[in-house]
Amino acid sequence: MNRKQKIMLFRILLSAALTALLVIFEKTGLFTDPRWALLLCYLVPYGIVSYDVLRKAVKGIIRFRPFDENFLMAVATVGAFALAMIGNGDFLEAVAVMLFYQTGELFQSVAVGKSRRNIAALMDIRPDSANLELADGTTVAKDPAEVAPGSVIVVRPGEKIPLDGVVLEGSSTVDTAALTGESLPREVEPGGEVISGTVNLSGVLRVETTKEFGESTVSKILDMVENASSKKSRSEAFIAKFAKYYTPAVCFSALALALLPPLFLLLFTERSPAFTVWLYRALTFLVISCPCALVISIPLSFFAGIGGASRLGVLVKGANDFESLAAVRTLVFDKTGTMTAGVFEVAGVHHGTVPDAMLIEYAALAESFSTHPISKSLIAAYGQTPDQTRVRDVEEIGGQGITALVDGHSVAVGNDKLMTRLGIAFCPCSHVGTVVHVAIDGVYGGHILICDTIRPHAREALVALGRLGIKKTVMLTGDAAAVGQAVAGQLGISEVHAELLPQDKVSCLEALLSSADRQGKVAFVGDGINDAPVLTRADVGIAMGALGSDAAIAAADVVLMDDDLMKLPPAVSLARKCMRIVKENIAFAIGVKLLCLVLGACGIANLWMAIFADVGVMILAVLNAIRTLHTGAKK
Amino acid sequence: MKKTYAIEVDCANCANLMEDAAKATPGVKDAVVNFMALKMTVEFEEGVDCTAVMKKVLKNCRKVEDDCDIAF
Repeated sequence: MNRKQKIMLFRILLSAALTALLVIFEKTGLFTDPRWALLLCYLVPYGIVSYDVLRKAVKGIIRFRPFDENFLMAVATVGAFALAMIGNGDFLEAVAVMLFYQTGELFQSVAVGKSRRNIAALMDIRPDSANLELADGTTVAKDPAEVAPGSVIVVRPGEKIPLDGVVLEGSSTVDTAALTGESLPREVEPGGEVISGTVNLSGVLRVETTKEFGESTVSKILDMVENASSKKSRSEAFIAKFAKYYTPAVCFSALALALLPPLFLLLFTERSPAFTVWLYRALTFLVISCPCALVISIPLSFFAGIGGASRLGVLVKGANDFESLAAVRTLVFDKTGTMTAGVFEVAGVHHGTVPDAMLIEYAALAESFSTHPISKSLIAAYGQTPDQTRVRDVEEIGGQGITALVDGHSVAVGNDKLMTRLGIAFCPCSHVGTVVHVAIDGVYGGHILICDTIRPHAREALVALGRLGIKKTVMLTGDAAAVGQAVAGQLGISEVHAELLPQDKVSCLEALLSSADRQGKVAFVGDGINDAPVLTRADVGIAMGALGSDAAIAAADVVLMDDDLMKLPPAVSLARKCMRIVKENIAFAIGVKLLCLVLGACGIANLWMAIFADVGVMILAVLNAIRTLHTGAKK
Repeated sequence: MKKTYAIEVDCANCANLMEDAAKATPGVKDAVVNFMALKMTVEFEEGVDCTAVMKKVLKNCRKVEDDCDIAF
């Protein structure tokens, strides 16, 4: 609690104690007369607990703001005192209303402050200092914001890496859990990139910085999380609007309740107008007129939910995006880099007339001068650094393959077209993937099948999403139809659109967005490479593996910090849970208030009930909202 | 031009009122108050003096909630 809150707590306790004392005196008959003296005594605890409300109420009148909540509470309590004095009633009621009101405000203030601190602790990734290396080799601690790109910094074990950069010297493991939610440490070596906000675990690293602090990953993430709640959700906009009309509506009803029924009784019946009864009922209306419970619980729920999601390694850019994520029913995926790892691997060697290892060795050697992904995968399968002195006369035939002399043998490595061109009979492959034929000295040696590998958790993630009711899954790919179908078949994806150019992906998505049987929102999951327009166009653009990829972070609404699709189902569940809590709070708060208005108008609810409805609803709504915070922590 | 300022305000409804007050201030194109982050993001009209506009914004905000504060 801060100082302001402590003072408030003290005022509430003091006032409550004095009130309790007065009640004891009054009930035991020690002090009941004269009435005006008793009133003065009750005004002491009332004044202690309410002086700031009264001060603001006076200002409200001066500025002619009749719907100021302080003004309304002041009118309600002063009115209650007046009625108690006239009607020989209970003074306690007025003091109690103010006591409970202030307790509710204090509770809300403490709860909001606590959630703010909780979220700040979740996102405790801001580095305090950077150890800048000087020309003479010594280091000096600097504010990361003062370190220019291209500087050399030293990161010791246990320290946060303060700026993005490239490792010059040293190898270590880094803990990326604060950014990605992934607890498995990553290995880093000289030449590798390191990302700010991660923690260096084992060895000393010398890092050349590549970005200034404001542009570094850690700054961007913090900025995004802090600004997420500025992009307001539809629920929040609805409640803000509701609050604008609710208070005046209740106040006018109170005025009507105080005047119309007594006037009716006076003019058209013989009965007593009972002014004080109706005035009392009108006062209960004023107590219920504060919209605070509603207004506070919604941003609080989103704030907690978005904070919980960032703990999972899922960054959400706005409360509105979180709301959309909860409503997703159709999920569209990019293939390469999303459902598959985007890394090509040798999947098999078929129809070999020579040993498989020899076939791969010859192919790898022939391709050793190429940087094509296929060449890289062949070299990776060979498992050694190719001895390029064994290779001569390399000739690359665009779109077909390579011919070269390896150990004096003429080797041809390439596709069907190359074999046809060289007049070598080949076996077509029955499998799906990229087929590399190898011929040695003009004789067919067999072919090597190269496939993109499906991401380890892709299938599990899709099953989990299916369980959440996301039944419609669509895959978009620029790849051949056969490859697309094969991947979709393995993953159980219901719809595939293949051989798409980047602009076709956008029109495909638009067709899905406007299709008649569309339910809920359409999300697109991509890796941010080549698919930024699609990410932007979807209801929810989800970029994965975004750590260090600025383009993806800029285009997407939701960012998975690493490339683990298993992050998606819990993120959707969390968004749904948050939305459920928001809806519960809206329905509960509006429901209880309306009920109390009706009961108050009939004379069933008194001021006690009204203040319990007001403060009680707020406390329950705030507690319910805070529940969202506790889901992200579960692993 | 957009700028973000730290604010101090106690209740969520007051934050909404502050947002409306800021929006209605001349020189302000749009304003968003983020109660949970205690931040106000103000988009200014072209060519206005931000500090002068913010003085007016604070004055207008104080009218709706006199406990509030904006750091600018």
